Amino acid sequence: MTNNVKETGSRVDEPTGTAFVGHEWDGIEELNTPLPRWWLLTFYACVIWALGYTVVYPAWPMINSATQGLWGWSSHGQLAQDIKSQTAKRAPIIAAIGATPIDQLAAKPELMNAAIEGGKAAFKVNCVQCHGSGAAGSKGYPNLNDDDWLWGGDLTAIHYTIENGVRNPDHAQTRQSQMPAFDGVLTPAEISAVVAHVRAISGQRKADGLSQQGAALFANNCAVCHGADGKGGRQVGAPNLTDGIWLYGGDTETITETVRKSRQGVMPRWGHKLDAATINMLAAYVHSLGGGEATQAPQEVAASNVERK
Amino acid sequence: MSSASDLESNQSLYAKRKAVYPKAVDGFFRRLKWAIMVVTLAIYYVTPWLRWDRGAYAPDQAVLVDLAHRRFYMFSIEIWPHEFYYVAGLLVMAGIGLFLVTSAVGRAWCGYACPQTVWTDLFQHVERWIDGDRNAQIRLDKAPWGVEKIAKRLFKWAVWLLIAVTTGGAWIFYFADAPTLAREFLMGDAPAVAYSTVGVLTATTFIFGGFMREQVCIYMCPWPRIQTAMLDEKSMIVTYKDWRGEPRTRGLKKTADTGTKTGDCIDCFQCVSVCPTGIDIREGPQIGCITCALCIDACDTVMAQIGKPRGLIDYCTLDDAAVEKAGGKAQPHLKTIFRPRTLVYLGIWSSIGFAMLFALGARTRLDLNVQHDRNPVYVQLSDGAVRNNYTVKVRNMEARPRDVVLKIGGLPGAVAWTADGERDGATDTVRVTAPADSVQKVRLFVAAPQKGPARSEFLISAHAASGKEKGDEDEVVFERPATEEAE
Repeated sequence: MTNNVKETGSRVDEPTGTAFVGHEWDGIEELNTPLPRWWLLTFYACVIWALGYTVVYPAWPMINSATQGLWGWSSHGQLAQDIKSQTAKRAPIIAAIGATPIDQLAAKPELMNAAIEGGKAAFKVNCVQCHGSGAAGSKGYPNLNDDDWLWGGDLTAIHYTIENGVRNPDHAQTRQSQMPAFDGVLTPAEISAVVAHVRAISGQRKADGLSQQGAALFANNCAVCHGADGKGGRQVGAPNLTDGIWLYGGDTETITETVRKSRQGVMPRWGHKLDAATINMLAAYVHSLGGGEATQAPQEVAASNVERK
Repeated sequence: MSSASDLESNQSLYAKRKAVYPKAVDGFFRRLKWAIMVVTLAIYYVTPWLRWDRGAYAPDQAVLVDLAHRRFYMFSIEIWPHEFYYVAGLLVMAGIGLFLVTSAVGRAWCGYACPQTVWTDLFQHVERWIDGDRNAQIRLDKAPWGVEKIAKRLFKWAVWLLIAVTTGGAWIFYFADAPTLAREFLMGDAPAVAYSTVGVLTATTFIFGGFMREQVCIYMCPWPRIQTAMLDEKSMIVTYKDWRGEPRTRGLKKTADTGTKTGDCIDCFQCVSVCPTGIDIREGPQIGCITCALCIDACDTVMAQIGKPRGLIDYCTLDDAAVEKAGGKAQPHLKTIFRPRTLVYLGIWSSIGFAMLFALGARTRLDLNVQHDRNPVYVQLSDGAVRNNYTVKVRNMEARPRDVVLKIGGLPGAVAWTADGERDGATDTVRVTAPADSVQKVRLFVAAPQKGPARSEFLISAHAASGKEKGDEDEVVFERPATEEAE
């Protein structure tokens, strides 16, 4: 390589016209292509920015924790602030839901839709433990999606059930009914006859001698609550025994157990635990799941409104 | 970090920017640049203010990127987020277009249409208007700070800042209703992001156009590297025809009288003076050349003055350069531009364009999306039937509310209803109202007799209650409990 020495004393790489830096590795030499000065200044500006950043934001690790930063920012604090602002944003509509009587909620679609969404969230907190996350229930815990209701499936009835619960011993307004245990009242043979009758009226077996014998026993012992035709009654929460839905199971063994020992399922009351808006929202959500019934007898509702005023 | 003693000499590793004072020039390419500047700036500033009537339910701004509502409007075209592939298609076209333009006319984008070039050009015109032409600028730069210099600097920066503010200001009008936003912006009621966007764009325009200029092209922009890689020996680039110009002589007549061979270049440095990136084109093709062709104008002027033919510096391909050097005649420019490679690019580019236009014309404005509820997958009803629940999203992409008929098909004995209806009297069709230009979410209940396969596939279709538009359909699943053994 020819060493082209300029007046400045530095050698220049001929093809590029660029000076060498002077570093050499196995014959490969480094050219001095100077970085633009503004680039260097940008770098210093970034350093200054970074230092300032570590002063105002949490950054430097100390023995127990990190520096808090002058602005006191933290991700927890930001989350709390976000939640606070969201809560404040939702407050008016939640207040409106709470202030609306449940039988008038459906007439206000905007509130109703908000209530359904809010109820969905509240359900996940308060109800899924028994009814399941999809509200499909399980043995002993009713499926809230279907069209079969023990105590009524319109908004008002659902609201009442949530507010007062079922079989709460400490509460006079609770949904109350008590099926007697027939073990000892009826003989095992009689019980199996009644079970045969129940399975016959629900279409699970053909009527025969046994079930006809059970029909007479049913009329004497069960019809007072379940009705002569076995279709149940909502005043006492007596299930309809003729349909395809069984709270505990519709097979012979389970029905036998139900008749012998009776069932005393309890649902907690929520009236003293949740606020009015949440209960309204839960009622709206449960009602929206697919089995919700139209509010009964609108003239009655109108009359009760007048009374309330 | 290496200490200074490592260096062979006391050279710095960091170079101060060499100021460029481009001289005013007139000629064909300068006028072309004027025209392109006027057109591009007009498009940029005027577009957001164009109106386009879309009825009561959609904005009336012709071009609007409505980020808040996730809509993109361009005249009669409305793009929803799920149709973003049209934008992807535009980007593909832009990419192929880059291949096309670069293979045909080299770095024409850099030289004429790039915002950095256009705004730098504009800023340099302002600079010449206030400080004077090249020589006056150099003098003023070297002059000590006095009243005149300070006044001129402040005035120049004020004008630059004004241009920068209007540049940044125009940008935000693409993202909201321009007249409303303009009023809010001036009253101080516009969203903070509008002010910060204008602030950032004002700063970048002011700094990039006023001070960084060619440094952006040489150090910051990846485009020149990409374009340089795509140039080939048939691409038009600005070329100093050294076979004609060399050897350079200053006193042309005197030198000729002595009998020495002379080239056409009189070393007048006009090509260097007018260059906005401060390079010497006579050193050959280089990364700093944005092919703005102003040196062609400058050299043509000089050639006319000394009575030589124009085009000592001219657009020329490497192939033609070799031919001309050997004494041959270069092929016509049009033949160079329309060669197989560019025609193939043009073919690909335009077929993507036509495919997109066709797709735009054929797309439906009604879309259906059905999701089967997974929890619970089915609901046993009291009369023995089974119900499945679906979340149906009806996407009405027209700017008017529409009644939409949902219909279930292929599921024997099934009926459907929504939260507004009841199972009693339900049929296989449901009518829902979808608001203008929005997605209507509907919970659809479908009940079918219990007897049937545990899992059956069926169709839910949607079509507008009025009109002939092709609707949409979605295949979904209906699930039943596994049939229990009868006793």
